[in-house]
Order: sequence, then C-alpha cells, then structure tokens
Amino acid sequence: MNNSMSNQEKPQKILPGDLAIWIFICAELLVFGVFFLAYAFARTGDIALFNASQSTLIRELGAINTLVLITSSYFVVRAVTAIRENNSKSCAHWLIATLLMGGTFLIIKIYEFHEKFSHGISLTTNTFYMFYLSMTFFHFMHVILGMVILAAVLLKTRRGGYSAQSHTGVETGASYWHMVDLVWIVLFPLIYIMR
Amino acid sequence: MPYSSQSVAKLYFIAAIGLFVGQILFGLVMGLQYVMGDFLFPEIPFNVARMVHTNLLIVWLLFGFMGASYYLVPEESERELHSPLLAKILFWVFLVAGALTILGYLLVPYASLAEMTGNSLLPTMGREFLEQPTITKLGIVVVVLGFLFNIGMTVLKGRKTVVTIVLLTGLTGLAVMFLFSFYNPENLVLDKYFWWWVVHLWVEGVWELILGAILAFVLIKVTGVDREIVEKWLYVIIAMTLITGILGTGHHYFWIGTPDYWQWIGSIFSAMEPIPFFMMTVFAFTMVNRRRREHPNKAAVLWALGTAVMAFLGAGVWGFLHTLAPVNYYTHGTQITAAHGHMAFYGAYVMVVLTIISYAMPMMRGRAANSQRSQVLEMWSFWLMTIAMTFITLFLTAAGILQVYLQRATETPLPFMAVQEKMALFYWMRELTGLVFLIGLILYIASFFVDGDEEAKAEA
Repeated sequence: MNNSMSNQEKPQKILPGDLAIWIFICAELLVFGVFFLAYAFARTGDIALFNASQSTLIRELGAINTLVLITSSYFVVRAVTAIRENNSKSCAHWLIATLLMGGTFLIIKIYEFHEKFSHGISLTTNTFYMFYLSMTFFHFMHVILGMVILAAVLLKTRRGGYSAQSHTGVETGASYWHMVDLVWIVLFPLIYIMR
Repeated sequence: MPYSSQSVAKLYFIAAIGLFVGQILFGLVMGLQYVMGDFLFPEIPFNVARMVHTNLLIVWLLFGFMGASYYLVPEESERELHSPLLAKILFWVFLVAGALTILGYLLVPYASLAEMTGNSLLPTMGREFLEQPTITKLGIVVVVLGFLFNIGMTVLKGRKTVVTIVLLTGLTGLAVMFLFSFYNPENLVLDKYFWWWVVHLWVEGVWELILGAILAFVLIKVTGVDREIVEKWLYVIIAMTLITGILGTGHHYFWIGTPDYWQWIGSIFSAMEPIPFFMMTVFAFTMVNRRRREHPNKAAVLWALGTAVMAFLGAGVWGFLHTLAPVNYYTHGTQITAAHGHMAFYGAYVMVVLTIISYAMPMMRGRAANSQRSQVLEMWSFWLMTIAMTFITLFLTAAGILQVYLQRATETPLPFMAVQEKMALFYWMRELTGLVFLIGLILYIASFFVDGDEEAKAEA
C-alpha cells in the first residue's frame, strides 16, 4: 500500500524491466544509428540512384507493416497493464496477439524480399539495395529475436510465473519489443519515403 | 575444490604454461630477426619462428580452455566429470601431437613436412595459422570431439547453468568452425573467405563466449554476487558479441576480391564490436564493486579485472583503430595489425586463461588462495606482463603509423624493405619490452613455487 501511495505522489523514476535489457537496447540502437548515418552519408554520394531505386519499393506494404508494428506495441502495453492488475490470463492473450502481429510483419516482409529477389535484385545490384536489403534484413532478425523473447515471457506467464508484484520479465520483453518497433518507425520513412 | 575429477585441469594448465613459455621465446627470436635478419639462420628462419610463435599461442590457449572447462564444468554441474580417464588420454594425445608438429616445423623444411605427412591426399597446409599438417588437424578434431563429448555428458547429466550452456555453445562453435580448415578451394578468394570462418569466427565469435563464461564463473566465485545478475549480463554480452561479431567478419572481406558491399557491412558491424567488450569491462567492475565476500585470492580478482580492461583496449579499441574500410585501405597488413593482434590476444584470451589458472590452481593444491608472498609475486608478474604488452602495442602502433606514412600515404612512397629499416628503432624497443614480458612470465612461474603453506596455516 505504501508503495502505491508513493507511486502516486511522484512519477516512477526507475526504468521498467531489467537494467540489462536497457544496456542491450542502447547498444542495439547504436548499431542501427550507425547504419542510418552510413545510409545518409552514402546517399549524398549518389542521390539520383537512391531516389530511382527507392521508387521501386512497395511503400504501401511498408506503411502496413508500420501500422502492424505500432499495433503490436499497443498490444504489448496491454499485456503489461494486465499483469500489473494481476491478470495472467489476459496478459497471455495480449502477448499472443503481439506475437501474431509480429508474425504478420514477417510474412509481409518476406513477400517484399521475395518480390525484390524475383526481380533479380541482390546486395550487389547497387548501394541503395545493399542498404535496403541489409538494414531491413537486420531489422527482420530483430523482430524474430523480439518474438523469441516474448514467447519465453508468454510461457512463463502461462505457468503463472508473473504477478502484480513481480513482473519485471514482462516489462523487459515489452521494452525490447518497443525498441524493435521504434527502429522500424525510423527505418520506414528513411528508406521508403525520404528523398 | 568440491569434485576430485576437477583436478585433471591441472595437467592442462601446466602444459598451457609450458607452451606459453615456448611461445614467448620464439616471439623474442623473431622480434630480433626483425632487426637482425640472419639471427639463428638457417636453423630457425623467420617464417618458421613466426609459425611456431602463432601456433604455440593457439595450442596453449586451447589447452587453457580445455583445462578451464574440466575445472569449472563439474563444479557448475554439481557432479564428477563424465570420464576423467578420457580427459587424461586426450591430454597426452594432444600434447604429443602438438609437440611432434612443432618439432616437424623446426627440424624439416615445411615442404618436406607436407610431403612426409601426406598433405597431397587432402591438402590443407600452407595457410597462415592453419599450417598444421593435415594429420595434426585430424588429431585436433578427434581431441576436441572427445573433449566435447566428455564436457557435454557432464553438463547434460548435471545441473544446467547459464555459464555451462554459454561455455558449451562456445566450445561447440570452436569445433564446428575448425572444420572449415579442411576446406581448401582452388579459388584464392573462396579460400580466404572461408579461412576467416576459422580465424575470425573463432577469436571474434565463439571464443568470446568461452571468455565470457570463464570470466563469469570466476567472478561468481570470487565476488559471491547473485548468479542471476551475472547470468543476465552474460546473456546481453553474448547476444551483442554475436550480433556484431558474425557480420563483423566482413572487415576481412574489404580487399580479397569479395563484393564491395562488404566494405559497408564489415565497417558498420565490426565498428560495433567494442560494445560487448565494453560491457564486459563494466560487468567485471560492477560485480567486484558489489562483492558480498572478500575472497582471499586477490591475484585472481586482479587477473579478472585486468582481462576485462585489456580485452576492451586490445580487441575493442585497437581493433576499431583500423576496422573502417577507408582507414584499412592504408593500414591493411601493416604493424598496426600486429599491434592489435598482440594486445587483443593477450588482453582477451591469454589473460582469461591466466585468470582461471590463478583461481583454480590454489584450489587444486588444497587451499582457497596462495600465501601473501606468492600472491604479491603473481601480482608483480601481472603488472610486468601487462605493462610490457601495453608498450609492445604502443611501439608497434608507432612503427605502423610510420610504415603507413612512408610506404603508402606520402607523395614519394618508399619500398617495403627500405621502410622496415627506418622502423628499426621501434622494433628494438619492442624487443626490449619483450624481454620485460619474459621476466614477468618467469616471475609468474616462480609464484607457483613460493612456499606459502606455513603462512596460510598460520592465518587460518
């Protein structure tokens, strides 16, 4: 009771989830950040080529995937809210919904990759496609890693491993998932739209 | 030492230190040959000294990793080793095969060694670091498989901890990647491409998992910090290691004939490789600061912290110095690479093996820690070797900068050998600091023989 009192009086100052995941998140953001900078730097070298190649991307699918990931982030927030109310069952349901959204993202992305590969586009086609393919694939792998983490959290939730008092694991998984989403929110306009 | 079978590690550690001495002696020989080209010629030509220096390093580190595994896996798994006898047999097989190989390098010309060992049946020789005759390579595979079986069975039958799982993953990766040493395609580009799968994916991939696991084990023991906290750090460190390290292989693909996208991918991912090393430094110091016990083995704590710092400097910072493609265009294959190689191998792998030896040896000799006198001597050896290695690195870096400038960057570049002569001063200084390193190593060995039982008993 004392805890909730003090929580109401001053905003929560500690990070949600485990400190280790935040160190990991920062490191990951640094890697993506360097990638984004390298992209921007390389683009200044041949803007016409980048614009021409960019126009072949299927923006609609990128936009749908952005919505899919944002929705999934909302679902994971609902999962955290549910476990804070000590509702393991609801938490598990929201986690499954998040995973389904993650799966949807992967399917759409695979279709996009397939479409590019079937046109004979590869890493060696030009610098733009090199960045497009490697950055989106690197992000793709992160979606998978995020789903693995959330699946582990889901299994523990189902076993009743989390409660309103102790649910750092759920927050940890959610924090990582938000990072995966955040990176896409920067990546999508940067690679698909900005010219 | 809770399990008697852990003591097989002792054999491995003693062999490791013995081969370490050999490695340093050959290092000093070739260090002198840089400035006195015909020193010990024709008995030990430069290329042979170099081969022995690098091969001994790899072999003694493997002995160290195996010893570390035999020591820590039973303790983590809370059961005796699956087969101590197998561990002893494999030890002698490995030692004899290693000794014969080194003798082969020293006593017969390399081409004759290749002929004698039937290299033409399955040609794998003649490539840097993988010079071993094919039959030695097969021997290594047999020893490593037997070792993995022994360790794997112990892990499977006992308690599974994050430390043993990470260690086992690293060791399995070590075995799998080594198989690429048997793939020797005609195409030189493909040859180099897969050669790095052994060399790079060992030292900047799976070996880092082994390093992380050994360091985590020692830190759990000497600090008494909750296993859960150590394990979390270990997960984050290895995830980052693999994320940056695997694609970081690309920094070897800049100029070997591979597609040019590797210049981007290699630069970006390898530039991030210092991150896991930095995390390891923060991890080690955080654990020691939060320690819940004062372990009597201060020397082991010093080695553990030293590993974290020197690995970050040597592998992380000195690696970053020349990892970006535009920089590497100038520095490739110069003494900058040698500087990085020295400090990275010492800081990461030599020091972590010395850390576990420092922790485990007193235990295997029936005490929690050596006497004060012995530990003071060991700490002296720590500082002498570490400072000497730092200066070796700095002198080689200076030599490398001079080399890059005179040979590649200036308007009027000089030929390779002309530049080598101008670098002689730095080579001499490196050789002298090499001698200091040897003194450090001698003190290290002496620390094992300082009698401390009386004092330890008196303190107890």
